[in-house]
Amino acid sequence: MHGFANPARFLRLAQWLAPLLLTLGLVLASAAMAWGVFVAPADALQGETVRIVYLHVPTAWLGMGGWTAIALASLTELVWRHPLAGIAGRAIAIPGAIFAAICLATGSIWGRPAWGTWWVWDGRLTSMLVLFFLYLAYAALADAARRDGEGSSRIPAIFGIVGAVNIPVIHYSVLWWNSLHQPPSITMGQSAMAAEFLVPLLVSTVGFSCLFGAVVLMRMRAILADQQAEARLRRKAMAA
Amino acid sequence: MSAIKAKHQRLILVLIALVALIGAALLAIYALRNQASYFYLPADIAAKPPEPGRAIRLGGMVEGGSLRTDADGVTIHFIVGDGKNRVPVTFKGIVPDLFKEGSGVVAEGKMSPDKTFVADNLLAKHDEKYVPREMKDMTEAQARAAVKETR
Repeated sequence: MHGFANPARFLRLAQWLAPLLLTLGLVLASAAMAWGVFVAPADALQGETVRIVYLHVPTAWLGMGGWTAIALASLTELVWRHPLAGIAGRAIAIPGAIFAAICLATGSIWGRPAWGTWWVWDGRLTSMLVLFFLYLAYAALADAARRDGEGSSRIPAIFGIVGAVNIPVIHYSVLWWNSLHQPPSITMGQSAMAAEFLVPLLVSTVGFSCLFGAVVLMRMRAILADQQAEARLRRKAMAA
Repeated sequence: MSAIKAKHQRLILVLIALVALIGAALLAIYALRNQASYFYLPADIAAKPPEPGRAIRLGGMVEGGSLRTDADGVTIHFIVGDGKNRVPVTFKGIVPDLFKEGSGVVAEGKMSPDKTFVADNLLAKHDEKYVPREMKDMTEAQARAAVKETR
């Protein structure tokens, strides 16, 4: 793992991996969107509104996956002091927040026709909103820590681990508590969703995962470039 | 202290913190287990009847064959059940699209003294099953079998 402690090695990898993921993600995600809107059938109960699932569910999973990645990066930061861990956390925060926001917005738009309400304060919706706020807080905290300089990246890392408590809460909220949101359709090895819906949903999930990964890699490159530029400016100022 | 040792020390500290954190979270969730539910099931109403007039939410399945509409066309009566207990519900207004017999519902309102639930808002609860419209004309059992086959 410490092979990538050298940013140059990471950058060489990111240089070709980021555009590859971006292309793959754009192709798969847009294909799945078109499939979901024009090809996939309407649901017996929900009718046409089911089509929002191809955007809602991948963004929900990736919103939760993003914080899981932040928690792992935070652990790596705290224990191994890996130089890229804090950068990865910062790179994930913004796309994570955007995906959580898309999940909340699409869910709300679906809730109006299906449930008869835009929003309710049940366990699932509330914990997902908390996740969105956690992302914003992490981004603000990491940015403040960066401006404070060396050694302060531990505070966002601790926050990243503490915030991970919310991830199982989101997942189990529909099982522990009575909620308006339905329980998961897809659990380990089985699905209560007909294949006509499931296949485009999985394609969409792979596509959006590629897009998420591409954005994170691009943001990590940008943050590293930023740091290099700052270091160079500092050296110039010292020399002058 | 060597570098390896410091690394292990940090790992142990983080693991202890994680155990404490998970313990705290479990305690909090345990304390919330009743408060965080979005609605009462008919069983909860039977076990601990809420005082009439207090605003609560009742959730469960709309019993098949229980739905009837009054002569005014907007007042409906139905029974919400959870398999064991049943609560009769009255509602006046427009129901959501997904509201129908045999599917889930969350009713907001209050218990009246005569043990019926007077709802002033209905929310339809969708279940985890997704079935294409083409299968709609099958019976529910057939549709479920078809879904199972595609797994």
